[in-house]
Amino acid sequence: MIAWTIYLTFVGAVLALVLPRAFAQWIALLTTIGGLALGTVVFVGTPIADLAHFTTIMGVPWVPALGMNYHLALDGVSLTMVLVTGISAVSTVLFSWDVEHRQNEFFFWLLLVVAGCYGVFLSADLFLLFVFYELVIVPKYFLIAIFGSTNKEYGAMKLTLYSFFGGMFVFVGILVAYVTGGSLDLNQLSRFEFSPQLQSWAFPVLFLGFAVLAGIWPLHTWAPTGHAAAPTAGSMLLAGIVMKLGSYAGLRVAMNLFPQGFQMWSKWIAVLAVIGIVYAAAVALRQRDLKFVIGYSSVSHMGFVLLGFATANALGVSGAVLQMFSHGVIAALLFAVAGRMIYRRTHTRQLDALSQMNLSHAIPFAAFTFVVAAAASMGIPGFSGFAAEITILIGAWKTYPIAVWIVGAGIVLVAAFTLRALKLSFFGEKEVERETPEGTTLNREEFNPVTIPEKIGACMLMLATLAVGLYPKLLLDRIMPAVETMRFLK
Amino acid sequence: MSYLELLKLASPEAVVVLTALVVLSIGLLAKRAMFACAFVAGLGLIISIGAILLLPSNKTLFGGMLVVSPLTSLFKIICLALAFFTILLTQAEKTPRHPGEYLALVLLATVGLMLLVGSEELLMIFIGLELLGLSLYVMAAFNKTDVRSAEAGLKYFLFGSTSSAFTLFGISLIYGMAGTTGLASISQRLAATSVQPLLAVGIVMMLIGFAFKIAAAPFHLWAPDAYQGAPVPSAAFIASGSKVASFVVLGKIVLIGFAPVHGSAGWHALVAGWSPMLAALAALSIVVGNLVALSQSNVRRLLAYSAVAHAGYTLIGFVAGDREGFSAALFYTTVYAITLVGAFGVVGVVRRETGGDNFSNFSGLVSRSPLLAGCMAVFMLSLAGIPPLAGFFGKFYLFSAALHAGPNHSLLWLVALGLGGSFVSLYYYLLVLRAIFVDATSLVDAPLGDHIPSDSLQRATVTVLAAAVVFLGVMPNILASRILAAIP
Repeated sequence: MIAWTIYLTFVGAVLALVLPRAFAQWIALLTTIGGLALGTVVFVGTPIADLAHFTTIMGVPWVPALGMNYHLALDGVSLTMVLVTGISAVSTVLFSWDVEHRQNEFFFWLLLVVAGCYGVFLSADLFLLFVFYELVIVPKYFLIAIFGSTNKEYGAMKLTLYSFFGGMFVFVGILVAYVTGGSLDLNQLSRFEFSPQLQSWAFPVLFLGFAVLAGIWPLHTWAPTGHAAAPTAGSMLLAGIVMKLGSYAGLRVAMNLFPQGFQMWSKWIAVLAVIGIVYAAAVALRQRDLKFVIGYSSVSHMGFVLLGFATANALGVSGAVLQMFSHGVIAALLFAVAGRMIYRRTHTRQLDALSQMNLSHAIPFAAFTFVVAAAASMGIPGFSGFAAEITILIGAWKTYPIAVWIVGAGIVLVAAFTLRALKLSFFGEKEVERETPEGTTLNREEFNPVTIPEKIGACMLMLATLAVGLYPKLLLDRIMPAVETMRFLK
Repeated sequence: MSYLELLKLASPEAVVVLTALVVLSIGLLAKRAMFACAFVAGLGLIISIGAILLLPSNKTLFGGMLVVSPLTSLFKIICLALAFFTILLTQAEKTPRHPGEYLALVLLATVGLMLLVGSEELLMIFIGLELLGLSLYVMAAFNKTDVRSAEAGLKYFLFGSTSSAFTLFGISLIYGMAGTTGLASISQRLAATSVQPLLAVGIVMMLIGFAFKIAAAPFHLWAPDAYQGAPVPSAAFIASGSKVASFVVLGKIVLIGFAPVHGSAGWHALVAGWSPMLAALAALSIVVGNLVALSQSNVRRLLAYSAVAHAGYTLIGFVAGDREGFSAALFYTTVYAITLVGAFGVVGVVRRETGGDNFSNFSGLVSRSPLLAGCMAVFMLSLAGIPPLAGFFGKFYLFSAALHAGPNHSLLWLVALGLGGSFVSLYYYLLVLRAIFVDATSLVDAPLGDHIPSDSLQRATVTVLAAAVVFLGVMPNILASRILAAIP
């Protein structure tokens, strides 16, 4: 049944393109809600024991001569990712309710991205996974280049070329695995014994290719630029889901297929991850554009995911998957506030300018949302970010104690830049008394109130991060067994 | 062997020749006979496809002069289909002064394609090449009022006739060595001897001749001017049909005729033969084509340089040198041909509406004609190798065949180069799409006028071709399994 998330979204995309423009956003909303509903039903309805293995849900021969199959499968990890895709997608559509021109195209590209993401998370055939993975690249370009803001064409091109650059390495890795292992089936390939000599170079090629999309340092620079240039929906999807494609595929393909290669290189992944966490947080501290702050915070948070992978133990990797879910929700929330709630009203994202506007009075709901999102992002207990990061750090303590010390310092930086952004954007220095009373009231009326779709979307995301933060077992119970059956664990 | 049987086996070609004569006389008798001529020409092509379907499945005449096999039949049908779409494209062009002659030339070129595809004998191949070449030279120069068209024709003629000379010289040397012109018997003779300098010269000369035809670097210099200056349908035919047939026959020559002197192009495993030479051509084409295409601002020139790069990718399949590689190369070149006919269709419409084919003429196409813009996106992204379009599967098939071929992934260097090339190519294809989708300012507010003939036929053709590209990407098995089964 979960396979219908893919078909439904593709059909929705085509309908959004061809039907009259008044229907486009409603079709997008219905489609994404349908996807989320399917994900939830399967999440609730599937016994936890069934999610331990990557179980086939569909297998049809596609190109028999080359051994390609239309093969979908599901386990706890992919189900978690499908769920976060559903949540982000619905809220993304809600936050795009204000798109005014070329709606058909906008929702077409948007739904294509979503459909591709569902496809990647459910693929059990290497070729199929790669098809969906590359399918996501071009819609991103159009979403950003047509509908974006600051420096949009540059950001779009940079982001697309980086993704395709990574895709090139992935292509080589996949071809090598296919030609040597003689199959494209992920389950079969993960039982194949590749020679250690091959693994030692094929793993880094494949993993690095995927990690470009996950924003690994030093190949992360597309992320802040792309996120800042993208329209709100674009940044929400990019940071929320698309970056997870890279980390998910790194886990599912690179680490599973080449476990020995992974063991050879895992400490270098840890090094890059730690540098990424600290470096991105430090850079975020100096940004003047709110979206750049959030963009760098995404890189920093994705560093935790990579660090979790590098621990190579069940706890750390499960924490990484939980972090993928958590960051998917939190990043969407942060970008929603910055891009939709603030920028669409004030037409600036410069922190200096925002600090003059007394926004916490002008749009209190946005302030509330941003406080919640910032708290979740900093890793305050009770939100999903805390649950995920603490799991990763406990896992990392077993393997790389030094990394935990350094990252501990990094977390302080994360708190610092988040609080700085929060203070400057909503709780600016400006004294109310300095302005005439008329001025303040004017200021308030200047901004349209927060609309209903925005409120629904924000509440949904906040609930998700809160629910997982208070009861992480909900996801961990499903992720852990699936991770424990993976081959790369010692 | 009775003449009746010969006529039966050659009936598809005969039908096309007869159609060409009929079209020519219609053009002579009636003024403004564009529609009638095109109708008859299209009908003739369809009848010819029918005749191919009726042929027996395996037959070889006169030591390979005329071969009927599943492979030749399949590619004759593909060539006829490409000619059919080319004729559809001519319909919306500004009516040429001599429609009868023009369409007759298209049909004669098609006969050349069919002879090329359907022959495994060097003399016959040469005759096919000349028939094709001479028709195409005239087609390229057909627009007499346009200086660029004349330039295209002249350049194409000079380069083409030089390459013919090379080919003929090579053939004479091979004939001198082997004492025969049939590919199968050449292969037997060569198996008995080692690679001698004279043989090497012969092979190199022949390959140079074909490298001109398929526009592989460094023999590609005619392509940009021919693609840019020739009338749109001519350019489409040069880029599609001529290319497919050349690749089929080049593959046959190297894989059947020169099979014993294959050599090896593997990294650290170089063995003299034709495959290192093709590998060098491929590598050079990929690098030169992609890098030069980066700096183009005219869509047709861009397509020409990207054609050089695509010739490079396709050659990788031949370098692999086995059945799978051949099949992958043929799949790739077929898909490429379909894509290019479509892309030239879009260029034709844009050219008629705005009077040019630079990037600026394409800007804002999405608001003028969303359908055409969408089709162009399909073509460009397929060329760049983005799933789920046919070009992506083609590349995957090619590169996996190349990696399969050598022991120890010895062709990985060529595959890596090809992937690097397609990374670069995405940038310039996106530049075209940026002009179409992102640049909102449309150069023309309204089409140039109402006196232009309706181009709904052309639009329909382009849409059909775009649908075919998507379909072949989602369901590649339909074509790939046929090609693979047709190769012995």
